[in-house]
Amino acid sequence: MRPRLPGQQKFLGLRITPLTRRRLQNFRANKRGYWAFWIFTVLFVLSLFAEFIANDKPILISYRGELLMPVFAAYPETKFGGDFETEADYRDPFVAELIEAEGWIAWAPVRYSYNTINYALPVPAPAPPSAENLLGTDDQGRDVVARVIYGFRISVQFGLVLTIFSSFVGVAAGAVQGYFGGWLDLIFQRFMEIWGGMPVLFLLIILASVIEPGFWSLLTLMLLFSWMALVGVVRAEFLRARNFEYVQAARALGVDNITIMFKHLLPNAMVATVTFLPFILNGSITTLTSLDFLGFGLPPGSPSLGELLAQGKANLQAPWLGISGFVVIAFTLTLLVFVGEAIRDAFDPRKTLG
Amino acid sequence: MTEAAPHFLEVEDLSVTFQVEDREILAVRNISFHIDRGETLALVGESGSGKSVTALSVLQLLPYPKASHPTGSIKVEGEEVVGAPEPVLRSIRGNRISMIFQEPTTSLNPLHSIERQINEILFVHRGMEPVAARTQTLELLELVGLQNAEQRLGAYPHQLSGGQRQRVMIAMALANEPDLLIADEPTTALDVTVQAQVLALLRGLQERLGMAILLITHDLGIVRHMADRICVMSEGELVERGETQSVLADPQHDYTRILLAAEPSGQKSTAPDDAPDVMTGSGIKVYFPIKAGVLRRTVDFIRAVDDVNVNVRERHTIGVVGESGSGKTTLGLALLRLIQSEGPIHFDGTLIQGRSYKELRPLRRQMQIVFQDPFASLSPRLSAGQIVEEGLLVHGLGGTFEERREIIGDALREVGLDPDMQDRYPHEFSGGQRQRIAIARAMVLKPRFVVLDEPTSALDRSVQAQIIDLLRDLQVRHNLAYLFISHDLKVVRAMADEIIVMRDGKVVEQGTADEVFDAPQTAYTKALMAAAFDLVADESGAVSV
Repeated sequence: MRPRLPGQQKFLGLRITPLTRRRLQNFRANKRGYWAFWIFTVLFVLSLFAEFIANDKPILISYRGELLMPVFAAYPETKFGGDFETEADYRDPFVAELIEAEGWIAWAPVRYSYNTINYALPVPAPAPPSAENLLGTDDQGRDVVARVIYGFRISVQFGLVLTIFSSFVGVAAGAVQGYFGGWLDLIFQRFMEIWGGMPVLFLLIILASVIEPGFWSLLTLMLLFSWMALVGVVRAEFLRARNFEYVQAARALGVDNITIMFKHLLPNAMVATVTFLPFILNGSITTLTSLDFLGFGLPPGSPSLGELLAQGKANLQAPWLGISGFVVIAFTLTLLVFVGEAIRDAFDPRKTLG
Repeated sequence: MTEAAPHFLEVEDLSVTFQVEDREILAVRNISFHIDRGETLALVGESGSGKSVTALSVLQLLPYPKASHPTGSIKVEGEEVVGAPEPVLRSIRGNRISMIFQEPTTSLNPLHSIERQINEILFVHRGMEPVAARTQTLELLELVGLQNAEQRLGAYPHQLSGGQRQRVMIAMALANEPDLLIADEPTTALDVTVQAQVLALLRGLQERLGMAILLITHDLGIVRHMADRICVMSEGELVERGETQSVLADPQHDYTRILLAAEPSGQKSTAPDDAPDVMTGSGIKVYFPIKAGVLRRTVDFIRAVDDVNVNVRERHTIGVVGESGSGKTTLGLALLRLIQSEGPIHFDGTLIQGRSYKELRPLRRQMQIVFQDPFASLSPRLSAGQIVEEGLLVHGLGGTFEERREIIGDALREVGLDPDMQDRYPHEFSGGQRQRIAIARAMVLKPRFVVLDEPTSALDRSVQAQIIDLLRDLQVRHNLAYLFISHDLKVVRAMADEIIVMRDGKVVEQGTADEVFDAPQTAYTKALMAAAFDLVADESGAVSV
């Protein structure tokens, strides 16, 4: 164990240098970004538990003194004294009565999942907002609130995963090019110029019609193009830093290339990378949304903000569809831009407090 | 001080504080001095003593409101400057008081021609017409001794050498015929020969224009040549002042004595003559190709190092001297095989030229390098201990974590640092301490050959002397062979057994230190010596401008 030393501070259990502390302070000093970060984090964490917020199955059932959680397990209707061997439809008043006769039901705040169809609509779908469906329903009678919650989750998840993967690929590619330079760099750069010149959305549409779209297949397709975002900055950083005296000193010590890259150069490049991340995340979410909007995105039935927008466009008489989709997307992207600005401030060496 | 004749610049009881996060730092405390027309006042002190801050506050160029003056007044011809409104300041800045900075490269706009940069001042401050301004600019450039001034009007800063750029800076400062020129370390970034020329130029201009000079420097040699009066600053306080001659001859304050004693002195103890060779390079050549045309064919070479023979023996020091761009550092890097070169290089009898990076790794332990800038050569993200530890890890030395910590502690103790400091980060150390860490990083591997690339150039004089003592001491204790690269002949004299004088990649003169210093053979070496030891500018043309 490394002995604990005086004068060092910890943050979330990690050892922090005075530099990191200054960055944290700068981040907090950007009030708008700081709040945006917390609002986004809370919303995202909440959306991870979407099954407990918007679901057509109860969170908890007490039946004959037994506590059941239908979210995690499927119970046949017969368990509650019904007729069918299939899973109980808890929204059926008959089933609900059966259960409440012998116990009680705790519902989620929204009694719809993203694919629950409200058959009891008083008007033809899409139905306008009402006490039952706060933001109305879409043209298949599905609750917009539930779809927006699940849609936000899947958008952010998709964006995060894509951002992480493309950062890994991008940083690695940029690092190798910048560090070794020469022919490798030259060829790779030309390749990227050609690759980057392709009409991405168009290609994605073509590929999406060949490959069956799904979360992971779409992700792989997009990764083919999104990794290039970071290559430029990371390459520039490595190119600049590889001639620093401390890198020369490390070479004189006989340190091997991989170690030099990880220990001495990568920390420099991380500043640019981290600053870029929220914006890449934004870009990823936007790309997914636009594909969904065009109908080439996630498989039919998935809760997706782009699909909601497309419905809004198809049903201009039902403005609650377009407006809900727009507000959620705009809000998410704005929050992320604010966070991005705060991170940029935090890493700006010229920015000092005061 | 009489009311009737106010001094041109009068600074009284001036203090400067900086607000850093939630603390206040007092950078300058209650200093007073004055300058009359036509005289030169030198502000002397080490880095961090507050001399530049004082100079900047005269022009009110500090980052207000983060900086503030709790006490004091600055009067220019009786007119108060502290807190003066912006129009008053503008009429003083660049008009009655001009300033030249240490680094001419960053003080000139790289995208504008020098004519345009000087013209701009004439337009703004003197409202000149373009034609008149051009004539005036040309006159100024001739005044500061820029050769072929007319052809160079359209030149951009990168096309000029460091000395030429500093001349352009001086021309810009003189454009409005200021009454006071503030020169903030005007020659620190320049080669010794150029330094002598720039100083001679400043003296000549002062005589002709009758302006006052506030000279800020850490180099007492310059002060002795330039200043009428001297103010010595230490940690924001003015500790001593008086006529230059009397202060330098009979310093009253301890700090002034330390400064005076800090000139590198003494010579290294003579090394045994029968010492074995450690590093031998014969006919070393480093050529960088110049490529041109669409096909990028190599049309010519920059001969950075051209046919140099070096032989470093145990406990011996070879001093490599020369101006910037002469190929000194390139030679050092070539011997360590950190850049490609031609010509056989033997280390300890083994041929190391042509070996791959991997094959060289076991030998790296025995040949090390210390760089010039202790701020650039230490990774800011590693602690001092981790920096020293890196070499041990690479070569699998030191055993367990505790044992390595012990070894690192010993290495730090050997270079005069507290072993408990190993968990601090580089920015918590002073320049001298950082250079000690860099030396510890090289020494912890117990090398036999060390390239010292200007190890003292970025340091204050008093710290230089300590580092030199340390290096000499380490050499004797560990039988080290040094290749000591420096442009500072005083430092080289204190270190070297043999000297190689380089110019444009070629060896101009090579011999034992005594031979070269006492009886230089070539005109270039003579000019170099005169400039370095006596600050005499070369007139014979042996040194390019």
